Amino acid sequence: MQSLKPLMAAAALLVCGTALADINVGVTLSATGPAASLGIPEKNTFEMLGSPTIGGQKVNFIILDDKSDTTEAVKNTRKLIGEDKVDVIVGSTVTPNSLAMRDVVVEAEIPMVSMAASALIINPVDPKTRWVFKTPQNDSLMADAVAISMKANGVTTLGYIGFADAYGDSWLTEIKRSAQTAGIKIVAEEKYNRNDPSVTGQVLKLLAAKPDAILIAGSGTPAATPHKELVARGYKGKIYQTHGVANADFLRVVGKDGNGALLPAGPMLVYEQLADGNPVKKSAAAYVSKYEGKYGPDSRTTFGGHAWDAYLLLERAIPEALKKAQPGTKAFRVALRDALESVKDAAGANGVFNMSAADHNGFDNRARVMVKIDNGKWVLVK
Amino acid sequence: MDLSIALLLVQDGITNGAIYALLALALVLVFTVTRVIFVPAGEFVTYGTLTLAALQLNKPPGTVGLLLGLAAVAGAMEVYATARDRAWHRLPGRLAVYVAVPAAIAALVWAVAPAGLALPLQIVCTVAIVTALGPLLYRVAYQPLAEASVLVLLIVSVAAHLTMIGLGLWFFGAEGSRTPPFTGESFHIGDMSFSGQSLLVLLFSLMVIGALWLFFDRTLYGKALRATALNRTGARLVGISPNLAGSLTFMLAAMLGAFSGVLIGPITTVYYDSGFLISLKGFVGAIIGGLSSYPLAALGSLLVGLLESFSSFWASAFKEVIVFTLIIPVLLWRSLTTHHHEEDE
Repeated sequence: MQSLKPLMAAAALLVCGTALADINVGVTLSATGPAASLGIPEKNTFEMLGSPTIGGQKVNFIILDDKSDTTEAVKNTRKLIGEDKVDVIVGSTVTPNSLAMRDVVVEAEIPMVSMAASALIINPVDPKTRWVFKTPQNDSLMADAVAISMKANGVTTLGYIGFADAYGDSWLTEIKRSAQTAGIKIVAEEKYNRNDPSVTGQVLKLLAAKPDAILIAGSGTPAATPHKELVARGYKGKIYQTHGVANADFLRVVGKDGNGALLPAGPMLVYEQLADGNPVKKSAAAYVSKYEGKYGPDSRTTFGGHAWDAYLLLERAIPEALKKAQPGTKAFRVALRDALESVKDAAGANGVFNMSAADHNGFDNRARVMVKIDNGKWVLVK
Repeated sequence: MDLSIALLLVQDGITNGAIYALLALALVLVFTVTRVIFVPAGEFVTYGTLTLAALQLNKPPGTVGLLLGLAAVAGAMEVYATARDRAWHRLPGRLAVYVAVPAAIAALVWAVAPAGLALPLQIVCTVAIVTALGPLLYRVAYQPLAEASVLVLLIVSVAAHLTMIGLGLWFFGAEGSRTPPFTGESFHIGDMSFSGQSLLVLLFSLMVIGALWLFFDRTLYGKALRATALNRTGARLVGISPNLAGSLTFMLAAMLGAFSGVLIGPITTVYYDSGFLISLKGFVGAIIGGLSSYPLAALGSLLVGLLESFSSFWASAFKEVIVFTLIIPVLLWRSLTTHHHEEDE
């Protein structure tokens, strides 16, 4: 080991030497653990990007896995800032991790772009959230879409079943608000865990309340468990899912029981069916064709799209920041933050960003569409 | 809540309870014979379901690679052990068990998987692969430490569990799978309907429990295992190899896991990390049986299944809390009613 030391020091020097000239982007995401189905496409997206050149500078992505764990996410962030001297942090995949990482980036004064859903990450605007941006749609935007669709379908009573975690809780809060606005009454609230082998009890209780529609707030294939149970128990009302299920695996597991279910989703999921004038269509097409070219047909997920959108934001902001300072300096990080905050009309895969000091997400209604499941395919509801 | 809902919940509880019971039996079996707390029991369940799901997509499952890898490591360990003892005459037999048999299973599955087999043959392949993993895991991870304390063995178990979860994510991906039901039939008695699948689960669990009873009561190997469980040193003195007993136990435990996996696949979506929670519930059942009594462990698991099903109806947010809190009164009751034996090291 002793003889290796000089060699390692030399190697470390070499790494630092090249790193100083480039822009380093630290990425922490949940490629393993409960959120792996979201984190893996994000990781794939960054790996697909390789080391692109933005504004004449080479960009390095340093990708770390936080195992869907809050402590690990904070540790990764500290490591990326302390050891890798990154200029910007991207991550994490899930809300609790992103919330915890805020303290670290604010302390180090480094901009951060989260790929997690909750509006709590960027709201309210205060010194703490000044450095934090996020690419996924706020849950409230999606919940409003669900409530509007329900009202149009004549739904007056709603049953809710969702994950017993931050995702489910956030949806429950949002749908309560949206449903109230739309004059829909929530008659039953049930919770389950993503790994539950059976949700019979919860489903029976939902059925006993006889709601016109049922909303399932889960992500990925675990959201199919109550869905299949509802169909098996003969539920005849409308079933709504959330944008958390938008991947091919969900369609595979839910099978024909999924027919007719509705969900709000990022437009990327059905970009082929969008009108040609839609600004999202081009960006989504560029991303999906590149991604599916590398990872196989139908491998697209909107989660990977959030990673792509984070990259697009950087692609817009970095050239602006380069005009003011050199990468690796504090002045560059401040300039990058300011540039991120003034991104306008940037068409991403999941919507159009119009950032402002008050809104660090910047999405509007163009970032959501209602989608119907029809024989194992996503069909845009027009 | 009316009677029909209660009956549905009972049916659901018993179906899940039957699967927990199979796992509880595996846990009790492994603990009594080898003193290992079999934490990776749940991984054998998920490997079972996901292997079957992969076969249904006409793909050779990732577990085949694991089987070959473990067989190679076990083979190398055997060569080293026989070289050290200069007992070369034992080598062919041992290599046949640890290398030739797993390699043959792997080759067979690899060859036939793309052809698309009938469901019963897919199940046979699945059970063969997953069962073969059991003795190999014992040989590689536990046998070199067989005389270590319960705590060391537990640590090895946790390591094996974490490794198998990681490999599961690699083999099968983060999303879950379901397998098609064995039967779409349902039976009606009055207002009540019973799904054929749940009846099948129950029937099969009973059959396995019966077969285990026959094995332990009527066969020489079964008696050897019982003897090892009762008194390890004594069993060794009368010529029962502890290594054989360990391998055999892990084979049975892996087989129970594979069966549970095949049975649970059509009822629920299984993920690479589902196994831990399932085996933890089996563990609660096994604790009710004091980690030593098979009938009590099976009954305890049924209780866990029923409690889970009813609490999911009344208080779905607190379901796991209620199920795992059950372990506290059980432990209290057991510590008050049984004498504590110091483990003789």
